[in-house]
Amino acid sequence: MATYTLISSNVLSSATSSVTFSSIPSTYTDLVIRASIRDNVDSNQGAVAMTFNSNTSGYGAKDIYGDGSTVATFSLSSIAYGWAGTITDANLTANSFSSHEIYIPSYALSQNKNYSVYSVVETNSTTAKFLVSGGGIWSNTTAITSITLAINTNPNFASGSSFYLYGISNA
Amino acid sequence: MASTYEKIASTTLNSATASITFSSIPNTYTDLVLVLVPKYVSTTATKLTINSDTTTNYSATWFYGDGSTAGSFRLSNVSPVIINYFNNTSAQSSMNILNFQNYSNTTTYKTYISQNNNAGAGTDAGVFLWRNTNAITSIKLEPGTGNYDTGTIATIYGILKA
Repeated sequence: MATYTLISSNVLSSATSSVTFSSIPSTYTDLVIRASIRDNVDSNQGAVAMTFNSNTSGYGAKDIYGDGSTVATFSLSSIAYGWAGTITDANLTANSFSSHEIYIPSYALSQNKNYSVYSVVETNSTTAKFLVSGGGIWSNTTAITSITLAINTNPNFASGSSFYLYGISNA
Repeated sequence: MASTYEKIASTTLNSATASITFSSIPNTYTDLVLVLVPKYVSTTATKLTINSDTTTNYSATWFYGDGSTAGSFRLSNVSPVIINYFNNTSAQSSMNILNFQNYSNTTTYKTYISQNNNAGAGTDAGVFLWRNTNAITSIKLEPGTGNYDTGTIATIYGILKA
């Protein structure tokens, strides 16, 4: 079996509230999501809200970020989604999208699920530039079989946003 | 066409173990990716040794955050160095992703980067330098204190540019 395999992808042709990867096979070791995202609302300052198996409890995260002048950290606990990076807003530089890599190891094992996030917003302006590195946990031992990505402040993903789910095998 | 992302070796521990070593790493790849999902018996972090070099040829710089404090920290001229700034307790789960670029050349010192995430303690990212021009042929992982516990998973992948 190939080691790094595309499981599914979705490139949006119209504004969409959420993207779901369902029926994820348990045959891989780890999962990777790579996404290029923009929202359709000005000054929204939203983030990717990731839920596993449609479950909306048991998520937590710790993240660090820099915006060119300040480095800071934040913590989230007992929230309804996995925080997965700040999104480029509609009012920011045209044709610019935030980039996100989400790594989920051991997604099919019967243990709590860790994940890492590395995301960037860069718009060649002073308005928005974020570099985020962090990680989260879903305190649930159920194997992940579906992943839904939405925006925590409820606007839509803009047309042109793209989402790719890969499986990595160490077999 | 050759696969561009290949597993070189993988270990899943069936009992508590003092260290994990990936040896005889071939020089046929461009970069290496190491994914570690550790379980620790004690509160500790992982130390990484390249090619059994235990001299003070290592240096590191991290930035980190625990939800209330963010900062940066560095070490220079040190012996094999930990790859995660935050310690992990036996009850916390965490993960490390390490990238070794151009690991097999014999003319430059080796730089590698790490991202460590532990939602219970904090998150950190680090850059490391091994001041040696030898190709990397082995990587040893070991807890700073105690053993890795059952269920620890470590996998090393090779990435090809051609």
